[in-house]
Amino acid sequence: MNDDRPQAPGDRRHDLRPEQSFRYAVNVMPKPGILDPQGRAVEQSLPHLGVEGVAAVRVGRRVELSVTAAEEPEARATVERLAAELLSNPLIEVHAIELLGAVAPLEAVR
Amino acid sequence: MTRIGVVVFPGSNCDRDTLYALELAGAEAIPLWHEAADLGGVAAVVLPGGFAYGDYLRAGVIARFSPVMRSVAAFARDGGLVLGICNGFQVLAEAGLVPGALLRNRGLRFLGRDVQITPERLDTPFTRSVPDRHPLRMPIAHGEGCYYADEATLTRLETEGRVLFRYARPDGRPAWTGDDAANPNGSLRGIAGVLNEAGNVAGLMPHPERAAEAILGSDDGMLLIRSLVESAAERAGSGGAVVVAAP
Repeated sequence: MNDDRPQAPGDRRHDLRPEQSFRYAVNVMPKPGILDPQGRAVEQSLPHLGVEGVAAVRVGRRVELSVTAAEEPEARATVERLAAELLSNPLIEVHAIELLGAVAPLEAVR
Repeated sequence: MTRIGVVVFPGSNCDRDTLYALELAGAEAIPLWHEAADLGGVAAVVLPGGFAYGDYLRAGVIARFSPVMRSVAAFARDGGLVLGICNGFQVLAEAGLVPGALLRNRGLRFLGRDVQITPERLDTPFTRSVPDRHPLRMPIAHGEGCYYADEATLTRLETEGRVLFRYARPDGRPAWTGDDAANPNGSLRGIAGVLNEAGNVAGLMPHPERAAEAILGSDDGMLLIRSLVESAAERAGSGGAVVVAAP
């Protein structure tokens, strides 16, 4: 975004610590109360499968990504920012971040 | 001649129609490439319909971070006139330049058909050439056009006179959610278009540029295009920002 902004989480320009790669999943779901026509369509298809007793189907989105950083909290801060500003729209969606694992050093995953 | 810019994102597909309609209304219409931050001294900007950046992730969200949109946001903050049509409305909403969000149509299907919309305000830069509050006929063409904002925001929009258009029934009355014939995407409170707080940025889902000549089946959209061109010409003449007061 702006170049004059204070160093953002995840900006590694001045960080000399060894880096690791952290793998995350960001799960994005429609907010409770927001109409989810996709979920409703899935739910309405269930009788055709002969399935009963399934309710409250909601369809969301899952994004997986890797972040390099010295420490996990630093990587998580980057993911938090991405999740709130890009991957979800806080007006209509909620997100949850899941750490899938860490790989160190970074070269090991290349 | 008043210069008006039409932003071209990868995936925009109504940019040429919009340029044509603006020229028809007497403007000098120029395309603004999404990677260029320079707005070329325009007096107003239109974000056209289409599928900017393929509508990946969410309609409008990736376009929001393009170089041209930083300039458009700054232009809007300075009082510049910005109109978002369809996908352009989605871009404005994602960028926070107008309130609310556009959700998947209630019936899940992409809708391409004519609708009627009633202008709620005739004293804005976007509706000043509309003679009265009779419904206007123009097409919609979208998969995500269900207008959503939380209850507090909806009420605030209404009390501040920032609902610009509502979907209208054949008798001209507002088409509320559930009136699938007249409000086919399920927009809350029948909202088809809104204004930002200062009244210089507007977004709407229907396509005025596709109803700009009688040969297209309706020229009602030309009233909106002409409004924008006239308002932009006035601004270009005076150099001052247009601010719309609440009624």
